[in-house]
Amino acid sequence: MTLGPRRRAAAASVAAQAGPAASRRPRGLGALTAGLEREARLIFLWPAVLLLVFLSIFPLFVSLYLSASRLEFVPGGFALRWVGLANYRKLLLGIEQEHFLGFLAKPSLPAQVAFGIVVVLLGVILVQDFRRPDRSIARSLGRGLWALVGAAADWLMIRTLGPGGRPGTLVTTLVYVGIGVAVQYGLGLGLALLCSQNLAGRRFFRVVFLIPMMITPVGIAYTFRILMDLGKGPFAPAWRALGLAEVSWASNPWGARLAVLIGDTWQWTPFMFIVLLAALESLPPEFLEAAMVDGADRWQTFWQITWPQLMPVSATLVLIRLIEAFKVVDLPNVLTNGGPGTATESLTLHALIAWRTLDIGGAAAVAYILLLVVTVTVLAYLHLVRRRLAQAT
Amino acid sequence: MERNLKRLGAGLGTAIALITSPISVASAAGPFEGISLNVLTFTGPQIAEPLQRRAPDFEKVSGAKVNVVTVPFSDLYQKMLTDMATKTNSYHGFVFAPQWMADFVTPGYLEDLTSRIAADKAVQWPDIAPFFRDFSATYAGKAYTIPLDGDFQMVYYRTDLLTQAGLKPPETWDDYLKIAGAFDKKDLNGDGTPDFGSCIAKKRNAQSYWMIWSVAAAFLQSLGTKQGAFFDLDAMKPLTSTEAFAEALRVYVETGKYGPPDELNWDVGDSRSAFVTGRCALTLDWGDIGTLAIDPKTSKVMDKVGAVVLPGSRRVLDRKTGKLVACDRATCPHAVNGVNHAPFAAFGGWSGGINQAASTRIKEATYAFLSYMSQPAQSNVDVTIGITGFNPYRISQFKNLDLWIKAGMSRPAAQNYLGAIENSLNSPNMVLDLRIPQNQRYQQVVLDTAIAKLLARQTTIEQAMKEITEGWEAITNEVGRDKQLRAYRETLNVQR
Repeated sequence: MTLGPRRRAAAASVAAQAGPAASRRPRGLGALTAGLEREARLIFLWPAVLLLVFLSIFPLFVSLYLSASRLEFVPGGFALRWVGLANYRKLLLGIEQEHFLGFLAKPSLPAQVAFGIVVVLLGVILVQDFRRPDRSIARSLGRGLWALVGAAADWLMIRTLGPGGRPGTLVTTLVYVGIGVAVQYGLGLGLALLCSQNLAGRRFFRVVFLIPMMITPVGIAYTFRILMDLGKGPFAPAWRALGLAEVSWASNPWGARLAVLIGDTWQWTPFMFIVLLAALESLPPEFLEAAMVDGADRWQTFWQITWPQLMPVSATLVLIRLIEAFKVVDLPNVLTNGGPGTATESLTLHALIAWRTLDIGGAAAVAYILLLVVTVTVLAYLHLVRRRLAQAT
Repeated sequence: MERNLKRLGAGLGTAIALITSPISVASAAGPFEGISLNVLTFTGPQIAEPLQRRAPDFEKVSGAKVNVVTVPFSDLYQKMLTDMATKTNSYHGFVFAPQWMADFVTPGYLEDLTSRIAADKAVQWPDIAPFFRDFSATYAGKAYTIPLDGDFQMVYYRTDLLTQAGLKPPETWDDYLKIAGAFDKKDLNGDGTPDFGSCIAKKRNAQSYWMIWSVAAAFLQSLGTKQGAFFDLDAMKPLTSTEAFAEALRVYVETGKYGPPDELNWDVGDSRSAFVTGRCALTLDWGDIGTLAIDPKTSKVMDKVGAVVLPGSRRVLDRKTGKLVACDRATCPHAVNGVNHAPFAAFGGWSGGINQAASTRIKEATYAFLSYMSQPAQSNVDVTIGITGFNPYRISQFKNLDLWIKAGMSRPAAQNYLGAIENSLNSPNMVLDLRIPQNQRYQQVVLDTAIAKLLARQTTIEQAMKEITEGWEAITNEVGRDKQLRAYRETLNVQR
């Protein structure tokens, strides 16, 4: 048996550590033990690798294959028929386009102006980037691609959210993610700042604020469904007194989306709160004391001292929530059933409904587009915060 | 309460009679001691309730333990298909929509029950109305299911309100809208709060997509059952891009003006509850309202409910032009008072089928259970109880008024209720539900989504028509136009 350079080095190292007696070549049981020790790394590593391949990589490729197939039931079982990009074409250009992308209205003049401003801004960023001394072709191409994706997303938002337009599941999900995560972060930070003060009852409120995080999302959805039933819910007498008992938020697309956002915010603010509170309480007090000595007011202290120190935690927190928020499904499914119409359907619910009706290929295509959207968003976000993080630290 | 106890007593009595009767389930299928069956159906309470309630009785007489597994209606189709297609075969029996049968029979998932039924005297097959026997339960000449329910959609109205207002029950959909408008926002049950002119279950991903076809049927089909109300018979082109379907959509959307504010989230359970508690002047539903209205525990409209065959139209579709034309002897040969009625056999009635992959003993036991549920001793009681969701489907159930009077219905109410169903069943212009391969995608996916978006004002009538037409065309092209056309023509050639 010949040893590779690494193994030879490892064997030499072991021999050196063991002293002159061990430098002799081991025999019998000793040889077996030494061999096992050498192979231990692989023995411990391979099961984990295989598990990862089996649980993550294999399903990823299978679902990619499924997204290019159509499920058919044939005598004795089922068959997967290869359809190429038909499922993606259906979503982006075919009969599912309105469901997925939404109804694209003719943009109004202000919308066109807004789009123009965004394009100009993207162009300025690109030009500035191109003038940098460390520019490269790959970097410029990458930036160009981001700018294109950004402009396309902007165009889609303007045309579907503007007058006469209707957002599809893609834009609805982006609304849930954008507004939801921003509001949850703001509320979580506010509550964390309050609870980090030396106020009476703060321990009690810490526990209270955490409760929603411990409830199952389906439970939260049912709770909100009951709470928001103006005609029959626990607040029905109050709504009746206000003359709102016969009003239904669920029949209004934006009312229903708002209900989903409120439920999601109620559920996820505690997560923001607890992590930010931990971060606030671990900040070194010296900086704050120095700022106070220098006569900084509360806002200056927060903006110049606390906020920059919270940046790394905030960036990670928002990143985790961002990824999680793209997958929202329980709330719109239980709270509004995706309705009215398809107004509150998220991408994951879109995929779930397709799967329910055995459109497995369509469901996989939606899931793959979601993966792409999440990846692009997360990369853009990381790029955005990286420089600020570097400046803050 | 007393009445319910009597019904349960009657049920128990029939169970005891079964043990001693020579035509008992035990004698039909033999003892099944130690066998455990899994029967899949949808989350009730309706449909699941009678299965769960009678399972212990069946165990006493047969020895087989029946586990009734329930899933939401929107999941039932895929649960069944995936269970059988992946050969998991965790369910032995299914109580499901017989209109999905094409997708289950073609791959050989369902057991052919023809010979078992022929040998089973206890099920009294000839007593089952021919439509349910020969259409709902049968596919390509073979019986695959045992009917447990009979389904026609009808319009229900409050007799007391219409009498007071000097109004007649609706003959046309315009009448329906006028009556709904007359009673909307008035207190209809004396509780001091304003109520609704019309209550229709319109929730998406539920059982609401049949409602629109009940409205559209009279506009789309006028020359008899064989004309069909979904596609043209020459090229399988959907009838959804016509002036007739646009008019149906207009009527359907307008019913919402007189409905509850959150009607879009109402499933049939909500609309039924609202109607029997006196909150609605009109509703559109299957036969369940008739029996729910006589439940003393919940009903505030005992003997105040009338049922009529689905309202019709004085204008119908001219298939050559796609336009609406006035009814005359040529265009509406089955019209009554110049009104074309087209009662819609929506859904086809919950029916029981058997997983072909189950073992012989299990199949025998499952058959025995389904037969037991359908036998007159059980079903004649179950169809009179509102919560069961089972509606009359046996000839004896239509003829024997005593069943209904015993259940708490007055004689005139029973005559009116059964008369409306019988009129629907015997109509030469009855509309058969869609039963071609992948009809679930046509209706539960494309139609349901488009209608939900229209009702939510996400789309206009024109956009909804376009969406349905293009969606249906895409499925037809995908599955194969010739294959679908052949299947569609076959379903319409049923001998009744």
